[in-house]
Amino acid sequence: MNDSTYDIAVIGGGLVGSAVAWGLVRGGARVVVLDEGDDAFRASRGNFGLVWVQGKGDGMADYAAWTRRSAEIWPDLAATLASEEGVDVGLRQPGGIESFLTDADRDAAELEIKRMHNQGLPGRPGDGANDTKIITAEEARALEPSLGPEVIGAAFNPHDGHVNPLYLLRGLHAGLQRLGVDYRPGHAVVRVGRDGGGYRVVTSKGDVLAHKVVLAAGLGNIPLAPTLGLNVPTRPDRGQILVTERLAPMIGYAYVNFRQTEEGTVMIGASSAQAGFDTSLDIDTSARLAARARRIFPALAKARIVRTWSALRIMSPDGFPIYAESETHPGVFVVTCHSGVTLAAVHALELAPEILAGRLSERLAAFSPKRFEMVEA
Amino acid sequence: MKFSRLESANASPAVCFTCNGQVIEARVGDSVATALLMAGIGSTRDTALSGEGRAAYCLMGVCFECLVEIDGIPNQQACLVPVSEGMSVRRQEGAPQVWNG
Ligand SMILES: Cc1cc2nc3c(=O)[nH]c(=O)nc-3n(C[C@H](O)[C@H](O)[C@H](O)COP(=O)(O)OP(=O)(O)OC[C@H]3O[C@@H](n4cnc5c(N)ncnc54)[C@H](O)[C@@H]3O)c2cc1C
Ligand code: FES
Repeated sequence: MNDSTYDIAVIGGGLVGSAVAWGLVRGGARVVVLDEGDDAFRASRGNFGLVWVQGKGDGMADYAAWTRRSAEIWPDLAATLASEEGVDVGLRQPGGIESFLTDADRDAAELEIKRMHNQGLPGRPGDGANDTKIITAEEARALEPSLGPEVIGAAFNPHDGHVNPLYLLRGLHAGLQRLGVDYRPGHAVVRVGRDGGGYRVVTSKGDVLAHKVVLAAGLGNIPLAPTLGLNVPTRPDRGQILVTERLAPMIGYAYVNFRQTEEGTVMIGASSAQAGFDTSLDIDTSARLAARARRIFPALAKARIVRTWSALRIMSPDGFPIYAESETHPGVFVVTCHSGVTLAAVHALELAPEILAGRLSERLAAFSPKRFEMVEA
Repeated sequence: MKFSRLESANASPAVCFTCNGQVIEARVGDSVATALLMAGIGSTRDTALSGEGRAAYCLMGVCFECLVEIDGIPNQQACLVPVSEGMSVRRQEGAPQVWNG
């Protein structure tokens, strides 16, 4: 270990790695970010862009609270990216609607709200819930007049919103550059080993020394984690998205499967498929997404689809984030999640300072992968 | 900019359509976009965001700059639709309104 040793090496330059690295460098750390290239699987370039609270954390009160916290401080992140990095990420938090086409949809949402209401944290009653309420079809159409006659009701959450996820990534990267982070694309990490009191990160283009290491490589964590004493049982989950041409304003709220961007395009999402490491498109799925969209917003029948793509979610067995420090390799952390857009604010502003301080606090204990061992035992 | 037709294209039969009511003569086999360019119509829509004028750009279906309304249906790519007798083309002003609330 010498002068060329970084305080922290972050592996992965997607939304998770960038948010953490941006938080670390703002806290004063010397940071290197090691990233792959355009051939990597990169959820951060193919996602839907929701800052979504509704339903998040059904089954884990700590995640419900963490998500709500992120939505609450997202305006601070957006304001800082605008003032310090000069990037307007287009954050809008008008509230979110989940529209029902069948009684079964409504029943499922009602049950979810009840379950989440009942999972309050000790000493923090209500923290497991998130203010979602059921509204009638008339109430939903009063909020959003373009909803069609087939919508029989909806769930509404006042904290939901959306953002342009590509501007978010660009804003974070602008910050990394401005603050002197050594960002190295095309440096695939092959292995991490001990070196003196720190770590040697072996990449396809040479070694890097660092006191601490953060694994934030999305699906790329899978081969690296077990060699560092971390259990990260994530798998790819393919989501397909359609986007229309720019349209005059017709959707004002955020939806699990719809949002109209500031530029006017309507995004229609998103499927879920277990197809391994494969981002090819499946036409039946596109057709199904489009057909459902027309039932909820009949006017979309007249809109043209200009693009469709798929990307791989990074899914843990329960769908919740994994945050932990390795027990066998102190100073090596893993940070991974689905919903890296929603959680960007807490990752940058609250998780990064904990990593910088050297240990994860009690409120993040529930996110340890130990929970998977307990299930198996 | 002035466009001129290839000798061979001149041989194909004439066909008439309208753009915002103006009668335009074209040739069978022309796309709507080339026919409009030949007629000297330099701006076929105003953009959804800034309202600036736009016309066909790539002429091969990729850029979506050439969107026009054809026979009442908005957002057609003029470079991909062949002209036909009596067709009614209209400029698009701003973002298309698919929902009239
Ligand atoms: C279809 C879809 C819709 C989504 N919608 C939303 C949404 O609406 N809201 C929301 O909050 N979230 C959403 N998500 C989830 C969100 O996109 C992800 O949680 C987030 O992008 C994950 O970021 P990441 O940095 O962990 O992963 P990635 O973006 O996958 O980045 C991982 C990075 O690690 C690098 N890497 C991998 N292996 C190595 C290695 N060995 N060495 C060096 N670098 C490496 C890669 O180059 C890549 O840049 C969606 C995801 C998908 C797929
Ligand atoms: S001119 Fe480019 S799509 Fe028509």
